[in-house]
Amino acid sequence: MNGYLGSRALVRPIIVFAGLLAGWQAIVWASGVPPYILPGPAAVVAAFRKGADLIAQNAGTTIVEIVAGFAIGAAVGAVSALAMSYLRPARRWLLPVLVVSQAVPVFALAPVLTLWLGYGLESKIAMAVLIIYFPVTAAFYDGLRRTEPGWMDLAHVMNASRWAELRHIRLPAALPALGSGLRVAAAVAPIGAVVGEWVGSSAGLGYLMLHANARVQTDLMFAALFVLAIIGCVFYFTVDSAVRRLVPWQAESHPEEEFR
Amino acid sequence: MTSPAASVASPSPPPGVSVRDARLSYGDTLLFDGLALDLAPGRWTCLLGPSGVGKTTLLRLIAGLEQGADGQATCGDGLPAHGRVAYMAQQDLLLPWLTLRENLVLGSRLRGDRTRETEARADGLLQEIGLGDSGSLFPRACSGGMRQRAALARTLMDRRPIVLMDEPFSALDAITRLQLQDVAARLLADCTVLLVTHDPLEALRLGHDIVVMTGRPATLGAPIRPPASPPRPADDPTLIGEHARLLGELARAGEESARR
Repeated sequence: MNGYLGSRALVRPIIVFAGLLAGWQAIVWASGVPPYILPGPAAVVAAFRKGADLIAQNAGTTIVEIVAGFAIGAAVGAVSALAMSYLRPARRWLLPVLVVSQAVPVFALAPVLTLWLGYGLESKIAMAVLIIYFPVTAAFYDGLRRTEPGWMDLAHVMNASRWAELRHIRLPAALPALGSGLRVAAAVAPIGAVVGEWVGSSAGLGYLMLHANARVQTDLMFAALFVLAIIGCVFYFTVDSAVRRLVPWQAESHPEEEFR
Repeated sequence: MTSPAASVASPSPPPGVSVRDARLSYGDTLLFDGLALDLAPGRWTCLLGPSGVGKTTLLRLIAGLEQGADGQATCGDGLPAHGRVAYMAQQDLLLPWLTLRENLVLGSRLRGDRTRETEARADGLLQEIGLGDSGSLFPRACSGGMRQRAALARTLMDRRPIVLMDEPFSALDAITRLQLQDVAARLLADCTVLLVTHDPLEALRLGHDIVVMTGRPATLGAPIRPPASPPRPADDPTLIGEHARLLGELARAGEESARR
């Protein structure tokens, strides 16, 4: 029940991480790769110390993009799913849009978004919203459609209004599905933000990485990459544990098994 | 049964129910046509028959849940059955995000008519059904027997004069099943009850009238009226003889439909 916060579950990733670091250092030593191609862990730590302020500042920008993109994308997705399951016109008009939005490679829209919304936060948030919207909408819509028919029978026999049925049965019954949509969204939100930054920006970890890359500051690039990875992990596990608290009746599964 | 909270008697005597011209077909297969069934007021009618014969459809027709079948279900007093029916299925249909007690008051929640009297009645029924200490448990923490008890209590909550039960005890072990049959017979003594079952012993223990439904298209046999009033003890010799006879009848009907 403790999940990844249990002590034994925490030990294993630490060992794996230490092993990876050791392997990395071994490769650097053994191959003699120049540091501008592959800096060793020690060089990256040094670059992190030296550029801590710079990294922190840019990390702040990226975090704002991820969180805002996630919040807006999840909210718009949830409302779309509700509209689609309750309003026939919304279903007719939105469902094709939803399918097409997945057929179009969303990343290809990044230059357009930058052109329209500028180099600031807005274009990155829009990018994150675009890639979050689909998993949230699809999962929640699916959950709303697949209410246990027996529960609907009960509600009907008990003379429930449509609104009461939604509030007390269909909505809570769809929360586990919404939860899995939010988990996927949490995993892809950083991708949206960083891709947006790569296409055109003046701040953010993606921007810092491009900038460092162009100046052959590979150690700084790696330091930024690590911070980005940590932000992604922390964000995912925060959303994951919030979802668990939201739907405690959902069958417990081991976190390792969720990465299928 | 003197406590007012646990009394299930409805203010007026329960109406009888008549089903006429019931018809159901899937594609070219006619399951039944022109079927007529009468539920005597204030008595238990057990509808017995092999699986797939259409018993559940007939029950759902009365509950107003069946879209695929035709037929009229009218009450003896000329008023519609909708709003006066309680429904219990083979699955407990407890909502996993609510405690047993909150599941009991689901009907009031859905209709928005929850009062202090509702609360008192829920507590009284939990006591009555042997779940006095378990009201705050979630369904996932309960045994199958406890869950089905809670489902029975929920069926009694709304004081509906007509109670429709679709194999409510078939998923339980033999001992729990006998106990719950006794509890149900006691608490639903004043209701017009339709119990659908494929267990002849259950029908013989609980039914004032036992109607056997067999064949394709299905027909209803003349009601069997065992002596003594339900719940009859499972070791009653006349019951055992009748049990053997009914089993034979059902087995023959099963063979006939298999031959066709």
